[in-house]
Amino acid sequence: MGFPEEVLEHVFSFITSHTDRNVVSLVCKSWYEIERWCRRRIFVGNCYAVSPAMMIRRFPEVRSVELKGKPHFADFNLVPDGWGGYFYPWICEMARAYPWLEEIKLKRMVVTDDNLELISKSFKNFKVLVLSSCEGFSTHGLAAIAANCRNLRELDLRESEVEDLSGHWLSHFPDSCTSLQSLNMSCLSSEVSFSALQRLIARSPNLKTLRLNRAVPLEKLSTLLRRAPQLVELGTGAYSAEIRPDVYANLTEAFSRCKEVKGLSGFWDVLPSYLPAIYSVCSRLTSLNLSYATIQSPDVTKIITQCPNLQSLSVLDYIEDTGLNALSLSCKDLRELRVFPSDPFVANANVSLTEQGLVAVSEGCSKLQSVLYFCRQMSNSALTTIAKNRPNLTCFRLCILEPRAPDYLTFEPLDVGFGAIVEHCKQLQRLSLSGLLTDRVFEYIGKWAKKLEMLSIAFAGDSDLGLHHVLSGCDSLRKLEIRDCPFGDKALLANVSKLETMRSLWMSSCSVSLGACKRLSQKMPRLNVEVIDEQGDLDSRPDNCHVEKLYIYRTVAGPRFDMPSFIRTMDQNPTYRS
Amino acid sequence: MSVPLEHDYIGLSDASSLERSSESSNISSDNASNNVFNIKATELSLGLPGFAKNSEENAAKSGPAIKNYMSGAKRGFSDVNFSGSGKGINGVFEKNQTQQLVSSSYVKPVEEEKKGPVSENGSVPPSAKVQVVGWPPIRSFRKNTMATNLSKSGYVAEANLGSGGCLYVKVSMDGAPYLRKIDLKIYHNYAELSKALEKMFSCFTLGQCTSNGIKGREGLTESNLKDLLHGSECVLTYEDKDGDWMLVGDVPWEMFIDSCKRLRIMKGSEAIGLAPRSMDKCKKRN
Repeated sequence: MGFPEEVLEHVFSFITSHTDRNVVSLVCKSWYEIERWCRRRIFVGNCYAVSPAMMIRRFPEVRSVELKGKPHFADFNLVPDGWGGYFYPWICEMARAYPWLEEIKLKRMVVTDDNLELISKSFKNFKVLVLSSCEGFSTHGLAAIAANCRNLRELDLRESEVEDLSGHWLSHFPDSCTSLQSLNMSCLSSEVSFSALQRLIARSPNLKTLRLNRAVPLEKLSTLLRRAPQLVELGTGAYSAEIRPDVYANLTEAFSRCKEVKGLSGFWDVLPSYLPAIYSVCSRLTSLNLSYATIQSPDVTKIITQCPNLQSLSVLDYIEDTGLNALSLSCKDLRELRVFPSDPFVANANVSLTEQGLVAVSEGCSKLQSVLYFCRQMSNSALTTIAKNRPNLTCFRLCILEPRAPDYLTFEPLDVGFGAIVEHCKQLQRLSLSGLLTDRVFEYIGKWAKKLEMLSIAFAGDSDLGLHHVLSGCDSLRKLEIRDCPFGDKALLANVSKLETMRSLWMSSCSVSLGACKRLSQKMPRLNVEVIDEQGDLDSRPDNCHVEKLYIYRTVAGPRFDMPSFIRTMDQNPTYRS
Repeated sequence: MSVPLEHDYIGLSDASSLERSSESSNISSDNASNNVFNIKATELSLGLPGFAKNSEENAAKSGPAIKNYMSGAKRGFSDVNFSGSGKGINGVFEKNQTQQLVSSSYVKPVEEEKKGPVSENGSVPPSAKVQVVGWPPIRSFRKNTMATNLSKSGYVAEANLGSGGCLYVKVSMDGAPYLRKIDLKIYHNYAELSKALEKMFSCFTLGQCTSNGIKGREGLTESNLKDLLHGSECVLTYEDKDGDWMLVGDVPWEMFIDSCKRLRIMKGSEAIGLAPRSMDKCKKRN
């Protein structure tokens, strides 16, 4: 290539997708070199796949780092405490190597107050901190971020577990800080100083996203909204107050001034009498999260029928089939639907939400791509109808609350229904299965789900054949997570090379033996085969015993050493080290 | 203090109370159809799970608990009365459905129910499932938030839901041996409420009136009863969200049902002193 470096760099600057940049770097040595010097954003999907030193060595001029730690099933308490995912080694190296770092985005990692303080003091131009489902820090750490990050633009704590010592951290934002564009503190429980919050909002003219926590009272919301009429995304605090006409009037008026609001969330403790206050913004809404609002179907329906531009909706199953039917008629632009269970731990339905609601939405909403649906009954015919209605689905996660529940009409397994989903939805990237399923469903998945990247399986299958179908058939598979399935050694050992093409495999309460784990590890030196056994003493276990939990991932960083005693990386061939 | 009534397998009291309750439920306007559905819905019907097709329509009208029942799924007695929903009985009996079923004092609050009280049958399938770790796949943040909601509304379910559906409050009358429960949501104004209360408590006031100089059973007419309730002998009061006892009738109806936690028909000397004090408080508030 005869182009000077600067020209190539300029061209590369338009290539932003991580996969594309990876491909660019493989063209030839000089492109590799040019690309690595001008890469500004790094995404590491598994923080143990590569070491911080390696990352820094290859990419010296990075401005934004995104890391993911624990396996997805950690969200559901399947990964024991102390597993790992520590941010510490990363921040230590980055503080030294990336003085111009602007963004850190972490998911399911352990972050401490010291880490946060180090962030706040190491990067002069630090702008964006996103901590998604993280843990290990307290509001003291947040205070350090608030106090020291002069140009902070975004602080997003979505669903992190924060040790909430006080709301005082917010008051640490200096008066000179006017750069805030996005603040998400919805996961915190402590009350922050309202006057500090009010002043912060008032001096942040570019604030577009504000997600308050439950402790911010409804009576005071209008005060905040009046100072931020430019908001695009708003998360309310608790949405109830004494019924007072003045509060209601103020709230209605404040909402009516928010001409830019496109997304609403929050809505804890909803008092329906106050809901009409939001009606003036409904017609512009593209995103609505009512999944914490324990309001009944008529109240939900009243809102959504006023939102013709809705693209993303999260609700509780209080919406019921009737509400979903109304949704299918009113919201023709709907792309994403999430329906959460209001009372998942009881045997009987407390609401009238069935497969019919989802069928209705699949019929009426032609742009529907992404579904997360918790329900208590499903049938093959409904699934087939949904599949035929919506071949454009890219994400289909169905959770029938009762494990191994069959088709409620025919009592058959739901193999055929899910088979229809993968057959018709050719662009399907993510699938979560539930209900009664045999090896047959995996045969369908292996045959049809060629674009599938992430698959979640629970209480399904009959034998190793099921797992074998998936590992041998799903060409695009990156993440596979399995719990409580009768999958054992054979399928794993027959598909060892597949595992290196994937990011990770999680298996818990299956039938994989310790011996197979060892053999796998020896065959595949670039995999870390980690066995988790909280009953302890892996050393004295016979090879034929089943392991509790197994996490296999590809890595160029070798085995890790930050694990607790009940996690063991199986020994690799000692003569081969990367 | 309440006297539990006899119940058959599906938790209804005997036929006579059905009649009684259908009388009282005539107060609401759209009640006739409700009665029909209720009777049908509470018919015993055994069948295999999955004959839900027919029953689904009925079920949709008659509420979720009944639906489950009619779908023939093998459910235990305890399941019909409650679903463990944090909304308590209100969660089980949706909308304007089930006043008569609930008017019995048998149905207990959610917290107790979850422990699996023994039914008349002696067998108790637990209403709450045995929990498998990490199933269903719901994140901790959501679980904790919903748990807070459930525990809040479990307590509040006795008195005030604040959401659509039912709004059951206890009604006590001084001197009556047991309390009653009424759904405030089915009334539209104070007149309807007082009429309903009169009917409900007529059996108590009949005997009690004599001390106030009103004739016994024979002499009691509707107007006498009204006088009884609204005269100086009786005062209808309610406990609001702050725990204060207020005079019924001062505030707009909507505001009243939103803050009313329980009702009490006061009699005698206590009643006389109450009215002016309540009005002062209301004035202060406004």
